Amino acid sequence: MEATSKLLEQVQPISQQSVPSSSYKEALPATPKKAGDSFDWDTRKKLIANTDEWKSKFSEVRPFNVSGDGEKIGSVVQTNEETFTVCLNGKQWEETYEKVWTLKFKNDGKAVCLVMKDNAWTVAVDGLQWKEKFDYAWNLQIALNGRDIGINIKKDDHYGVCLDDKPWTQGFADVRNLFISPDGTMSAASVAIKGLAEADIFGFQKGVWTVAVDGTPWDKNFVNVWGLAFSPDSRHVAAETRINLYDYAIVVDGILWPQTFKCVCEPRFSTKNNVIAPVKIPQGWTLAMDGKPIWKTFVQLWPPKFSPDGKKIAAVVAPDFGRWTIAVDGIPWKQTFSDTVLDPVFSPDSKRVAAIAKESKDPMNMGSSLHSIKGNDRWTIVVDGIPWEQDFDMIWDPVFSPDGSMVAAKAEINGKYCVVANGKAGKKMFDTLWSPVFSPGGDKLLIRGIQDGKYYRYVLPREEI
Amino acid sequence: MAAVAETKEVKKIIDLGLEEGAKKLTPERIEKTINNALTAMGGARLDAYVSTCIHCGLCSEACHYYLSHDGDPHFSPVGKVKQTMWEILKHKGRVSPAAIKQMAEIAYTECNLCRRCSMYCPFGIDIAYLISSVRRMCHLLGVTPQYLQDTAHSHSATMNQMWLKQDEWIDTLFWQEDDYRREIKNLTIPLDKEGADIMYSVIGPEPKFLAMLIGNAAKIMHVAGVNWTFPSFDGWDNSDMAMFSGDQEIMGRVKRAHFEAAMRLKVKRIVMGECGHAFRSVYDVGNRWFGWKMPPVPIIHAIQFYYELIKEGRLKIVKKFKEPVTLHDPCNVVRGRGLQEMARYVINAICEDFREMSPNREHNFCCAAGGGVINCGPPWKMKRMEGNRVKAEQMKATGARIVITPCHNCHSGLEDIIGYYKLGMRTKFISDILVDAIEVPEAMKVKK
Repeated sequence: MEATSKLLEQVQPISQQSVPSSSYKEALPATPKKAGDSFDWDTRKKLIANTDEWKSKFSEVRPFNVSGDGEKIGSVVQTNEETFTVCLNGKQWEETYEKVWTLKFKNDGKAVCLVMKDNAWTVAVDGLQWKEKFDYAWNLQIALNGRDIGINIKKDDHYGVCLDDKPWTQGFADVRNLFISPDGTMSAASVAIKGLAEADIFGFQKGVWTVAVDGTPWDKNFVNVWGLAFSPDSRHVAAETRINLYDYAIVVDGILWPQTFKCVCEPRFSTKNNVIAPVKIPQGWTLAMDGKPIWKTFVQLWPPKFSPDGKKIAAVVAPDFGRWTIAVDGIPWKQTFSDTVLDPVFSPDSKRVAAIAKESKDPMNMGSSLHSIKGNDRWTIVVDGIPWEQDFDMIWDPVFSPDGSMVAAKAEINGKYCVVANGKAGKKMFDTLWSPVFSPGGDKLLIRGIQDGKYYRYVLPREEI
Repeated sequence: MAAVAETKEVKKIIDLGLEEGAKKLTPERIEKTINNALTAMGGARLDAYVSTCIHCGLCSEACHYYLSHDGDPHFSPVGKVKQTMWEILKHKGRVSPAAIKQMAEIAYTECNLCRRCSMYCPFGIDIAYLISSVRRMCHLLGVTPQYLQDTAHSHSATMNQMWLKQDEWIDTLFWQEDDYRREIKNLTIPLDKEGADIMYSVIGPEPKFLAMLIGNAAKIMHVAGVNWTFPSFDGWDNSDMAMFSGDQEIMGRVKRAHFEAAMRLKVKRIVMGECGHAFRSVYDVGNRWFGWKMPPVPIIHAIQFYYELIKEGRLKIVKKFKEPVTLHDPCNVVRGRGLQEMARYVINAICEDFREMSPNREHNFCCAAGGGVINCGPPWKMKRMEGNRVKAEQMKATGARIVITPCHNCHSGLEDIIGYYKLGMRTKFISDILVDAIEVPEAMKVKK
C-alpha cells in the first residue's frame, strides 16, 4: 500500500491542469487569525445569563445556542401570541417577527437567524435584516471562515442561493442544498435546469440536474448530482454524479472522470487539488484518486478526510459486513465496532486520528421506543484505534488539543452532560452543554454550559477537567 | 432462445416504462446484463431457493392474486417464479425482449412481495426474494413501470418519494405547528434539535397529501412529553420505492441520508410513522445493502411507540372510539417484525368495538398495494383491484365500518378496494383515532 503522500506527489494536481475557471472568482486569502485567539482565557467562571428568568419573561423559550467564545447565549422566544424574536444574554431584539428559526453565531459573536415578517423571509444579523427578501429561505449556513452567510432561497417560483445578501441572478426549477467555499466568497449547489411533467421518466433520464457555481450552471447535465465539495483554495468544485441509471462518476469543474463506477460517494480535494472519492467496483468499495483506485476494497467506505498537512487520508470503512472502523491510508484499525463509526477527526499536527464509535453487546436486538437495552447503543471515542474505556449514552465530535496530546468531547450520561477528556468524564455536570474548546496554547479548556437554569462560561486548566 | 411463455388471458395494459424499455433491448444485452446480475448476486441464496423448491404448489393458496383469480396457476407464487426466474436460469439469460417485458409485468404488478407464501412453503423459501431478484434484473435492463420508476427518480433527486422541494417540507411543518398551536399551548414541531431523544421520520406522502398525520404526531409527542425532532434537511423521508424498483444503489443512498440525519442530530432512536414498506427498507433491506447488519440508530415503528406510551401511562386514554373497527395487519411490520400483538393492545386501548379479520395477524391477506405495486400507478389499478377480491370479502365479513391499518400503502390500497367493491367502509391510521382518544391536560389547552 503506497502512502498517501507518495501518491499525491505522483499525480498532477488539478490546479496545474487545464481547467475552465473563467466563471470563478480569484481565491481570496482565508482569514489567518484563529477564532480562539481573541477569547477571554483568564476568567475562570463567568455567569453570562440566568436563562430561568427568560422562561418567566416569555411565553415560550426555544432551545438555546451559544457563541463560539461562550460570551453570548441566545434563544428564539415568543413575545406574544403572534410574534417571536431573539433573546440574547437576557435582552431581546427590538424587532419582532412572525417566525424565527435556526439561530447561529458568527465568529465575531453576532447572532444570525432566519426570520419571516409580513410573509417574507430573510436573514437577520444581530436584529438587522438583510435587504433582500424571499418567498422562502432555509438551510442557513455560516462559512468555515465563520464570517460569510449563505441560504437557500425561493422567489417567484424560482430557486437559488443567497450569499451575504447577494442572491444568484439566475433562478432554477429546483436547487437543493448549499455549499460555501472555504474562503466564503462563492456558493455552489445542485440545480435542476428545468422542471419536468409528471412521470416524465425519459426526460429525467436525459439529465436535468447539474451544478451551479455562484448561479452559473455547468454546461453539462446529469441524471443526478449530489455531494459537492470545494477545493481548499476555493477555486474548484467536485461532485458525485449519475450519468445514466447505472453508471456513476465524479465530475470536477464540469469535467467527468473518464472512469465510471457502480456507485460513488462524496468527493474531497487534497491541498494540491487532487480529488479522492469512495467508488464501488465489482470487488467492493475502494478509494479512488483522480479516477484510479488507491486502496484495497471494503464492504463499505465513506467519504474520506485529509489530514491538515494533506499527507494522510482517513475514512470510515467496514472491513466485514456489519463491522466498522477507521482506515488511515487504507489500513484499517484492528478493532472494529458493531453499530457504526462516524467521521474521523485528525489532530492539528496530523499525527493522530479520533472518531466516534457505537457498540452494542446484542446488536440484533433493537428493543424499545423509549428505553435502551443494557449494553446496547453505547457511544464512545476511539483514538488511534483504541476506544476509551468508558462509554456514554451519547457523545459528540472529538476535539484535539493543539499539540494533539488530549482529546475532549461533550458526552451524555443519564440525561446530564459533561466534558470527557482523554476518556475521563469531568466532574462538572450540566443540563445543557456545548462542545469544549481548547485555548490556543492547549493548556485550558473553554466549557460552555447551563447548570440549574444559569448559563456559565468556564475556563479551566486541562488537568482540572 | 425462449419464446414468450404461454400466458393467461390478460387485458392489454400499456405502460410506457415497460413498452419503451423493452424496445431498447437486444438479446445480447439481456444475456449480458442478466448474467452480470446473477454473478453480482453471489448465487448461494438464489441457488438454495431454486434448488430446494419441489414444485409442490402449496404456496398457491397463500396468494391473494391466485385466490382472487379462482385458482389460476399463473398467479400462484410458484407459477410466477416459473414464468420469470426459472425461465431466466433455464435459458442462462437468453430470453427475448418480449419475455422480459412480460416478466417485468409479473414481477412488478402481480406480486406484492408480502411473503405470505413463504409461510405456506414447507421449506420457507423466500419467494419475494426471487421476485425481487427479477425486479433487479428488470431495473438493470431498463424495463420498469413508468410510475414506479418516476418515484425512484424522485428518491434519487430529492431523497423523498414525492418530488418535494426542501422548502415545501419545512413549510408543511410550520403549517402543522401553527394549526395545532390553536389547540395546544406552545406545541412545537422541533426542527434540527440536536441531542433530542427521538428523531421522527415519515414518508413523502405525509407532507404532500396527509399533513394532518404530522400534526397528529406532534400532538402525541407533546402530550406524552417526548423530547423529539425532525430534520429540516434531506433524510426525513424513510420510504424507499427504489427498493422495489430494483435500484439498490439509490435505495442505499436514500437509507444513508435517513440514518445520517439521525446521527447528525445526535438522537438515540428513530421513531417512524405508520408505514410498512419504509420499515422493511430501514430495518431489513436498505440498511444491509449499506453494510449495517442492523440500523445504526435503533428504529421503531409507530405501533411500538404508541404501545409503550399507552402502557407506561404517558398517554392516558379517556375517550374510546365507538364505531366498530377492524385491523388490517401490514405484512412488513407483522410478518416482517412481529408487531401484531402490540397493534391489538393499542387498538383495544383506544377502540370500544374491535373485530378481528379472518385470517389475521401473520396470516392476514395482503392489501395488494405494497411491494411497490400501487406505485406502478393508474395503468395497473384495475388489475390490482381484480387481484384482491379475497381482501374485499375478508374485510366485509368483519361487519366493521372502519379498517385501521398502520401502513400507508395498505391504507391507499384498501381505500381503492373499498371503493371498487363498494364495501361502505373507511380506512384510518391508528393516530387518527389516538389523537382524539387521549387526555390533553387542561394546562396544555389553549383557552378559547
